[in-house]
Amino acid sequence: MSANRVAVALRQSWDSDLAYSFRHSPYAMAAAVVFLLCVGSSTFAPWVAPHNPFDLGQLDLSNSLKPPMWLQGGEPAFPLGTDDQGRDILSTILFGARISLAVGICSVLFSMVLGVGLGLLAGYVGGKTDAFIMRVADVQLSFPAILIALLIDGVARALLPRAHESLAFYVLVLSIGVSGWVQYARTVRGSTLVEKNKEYVQAARLFGIHPLAIMARHVLPNVLGPVLVIGTIHIATAIITEATLSFLGVGVPPTQPSLGTLIRIGNDFLFSGEWWVTLFPGIALVVMVLAINLLGDWLRDALNPRLRT
Amino acid sequence: MSGPTLLQVSRVTKVFDVSPPWSARVLARQPRLLLHAVDDVSFAIRRGETLGLVGESGCGKSTVARLIVGLYRLSSGTITYDGLDVGALAKGRGPRSLRRKLQMIFQDPYASLNPRWRVADIVAEPIRAQRLLRGNRSIRARVDALLTQVGLAAADGQKYPHQFSGGQRQRISIARALASEPEFLVCDEPTSALDVSVQAQVLNLMRDLQRQLGLTYLFISHNLAVVHHVADRVGVMYLGRIVELAGKATLFTRPRHPYTRMLLDAIPDLAMTGKSRVPVAGEVPNPLSPPSGCTFHPRCPYANDRCRTEVPALKRAPGDEGAADDIVACHAVEESRLDVTPRVVRMAEET
Repeated sequence: MSANRVAVALRQSWDSDLAYSFRHSPYAMAAAVVFLLCVGSSTFAPWVAPHNPFDLGQLDLSNSLKPPMWLQGGEPAFPLGTDDQGRDILSTILFGARISLAVGICSVLFSMVLGVGLGLLAGYVGGKTDAFIMRVADVQLSFPAILIALLIDGVARALLPRAHESLAFYVLVLSIGVSGWVQYARTVRGSTLVEKNKEYVQAARLFGIHPLAIMARHVLPNVLGPVLVIGTIHIATAIITEATLSFLGVGVPPTQPSLGTLIRIGNDFLFSGEWWVTLFPGIALVVMVLAINLLGDWLRDALNPRLRT
Repeated sequence: MSGPTLLQVSRVTKVFDVSPPWSARVLARQPRLLLHAVDDVSFAIRRGETLGLVGESGCGKSTVARLIVGLYRLSSGTITYDGLDVGALAKGRGPRSLRRKLQMIFQDPYASLNPRWRVADIVAEPIRAQRLLRGNRSIRARVDALLTQVGLAAADGQKYPHQFSGGQRQRISIARALASEPEFLVCDEPTSALDVSVQAQVLNLMRDLQRQLGLTYLFISHNLAVVHHVADRVGVMYLGRIVELAGKATLFTRPRHPYTRMLLDAIPDLAMTGKSRVPVAGEVPNPLSPPSGCTFHPRCPYANDRCRTEVPALKRAPGDEGAADDIVACHAVEESRLDVTPRVVRMAEET
């Protein structure tokens, strides 16, 4: 019975408009394949990667700054070469992408919860609550996101001088998350203003349902469509922001390098000829972000009823 | 058919503040803009009867509906239902039993059902919200019974609203309104979004339900033919005021107010096909700055100086031998300046 139900659900999702549009968009399918490869290989990095770059016992300084395997002096054990500490670049990319993706996805989820919640509240309650939340949003929009992230990171460092190293991941998620909620809040507020005047919301009020329950069960499911699109594209932006912060040296510590940290470390060797230390993490970052952006673009078009043919 | 007074609306006014935001208003030195959507409206509905409320778009019909069920707060006046104050509902207070007894059917069947919910959950919502039944099994049985009662199949509960036509959706809407076993239903243009053939089905369903369940209706419409079909008494609204309130037979055969006459003359009629009808002359004035005196005077062929300065009160017409509650707000009627010859009005009888 339940297996049958699962089969029916699968069949329905295969037949849905979204799946149809996906099957007819080569860009989206290619992007999805690349994105799944990135997610899969970084999630299973400890099993996929040829070396463990964080196991100090495996590191050997005599292996430092080896070029990629197809160049003179390269070794097949280090396909993309090594950095100054003898760490395999391919392995650090896999482990680094893991941190970049984790920071990106977690901070987007954080932004989403914060922004959707505040936007729903502002749109549904209206009046002074609305004015206050949206003015805060306006003020925040006048700062660049990276500045807010730097500010929060700096405050966290000052408050937690000892624990900062271990909490770096959470501070990063918090600072990127807080700097991104405005977009969600604005979008959700706009859709909520439309939905709350529809008669099904008035009917729910008539039955004496609590406003919070109306927001969560009636309005929220009907305003989530655009949020998904923004969220997908925002993951790419968040990964870039994380890379920028790490590049500036305020992100995750060098003992747990993300893609941004790797690019920064490699940057020091760029002029001495060891270009592979920074180029390959850079390419990995570009490919991942591009795949996510293509997916987001497709999702936006697929969910836009005006573009449906 | 009709018993004691169930719903009493007394001198109800609803003012909307449509001013621009405070900062813009202060900078431009503009005064507040107040819209009198409903202005000093009084009427009573007896148990078991149907009161029709007609008028052009924007005359305040829907506002009256939302005031009665407590979706808007009253600016002034009182509404009592069976002796209980309805105004408290809008402030989130008031007895729960009142919530149950007063329900509403909305105009747009495409907007009144949440597109993401299954029909069974939509119909069960008032039951769950009011905790009328416990246990999923008994709730499901009740929902099935309700769907059957409005002419749908119990199996339809598993579908989503977009799988139904407009008429079927309005049936779902009616089933949901009936779920809390109400006594009084406010119907805000329940058929105006439907095809004519489907309108008749929904109207007949509503009439059958009224007989079976002893419901009382406030039926709002801009369609006089529909009101003629369902109402026992009819109120005519113009710019937030009731200008005439009379029994159906009186209103349709001997309308008094010039506005009512214009509305009746404008009804399309099969027997008059090909002849040009008298349209309702002029346009509805801007409700933000209503005309002085009788608000209908710019469009009224009988208007004189008194009409331009003095607001007419709702009174019985002189020489009226009809029921005591046939009232009209018109100086010309009061001064017997209008002829009161009965007229023949053809209505699409008993569809």
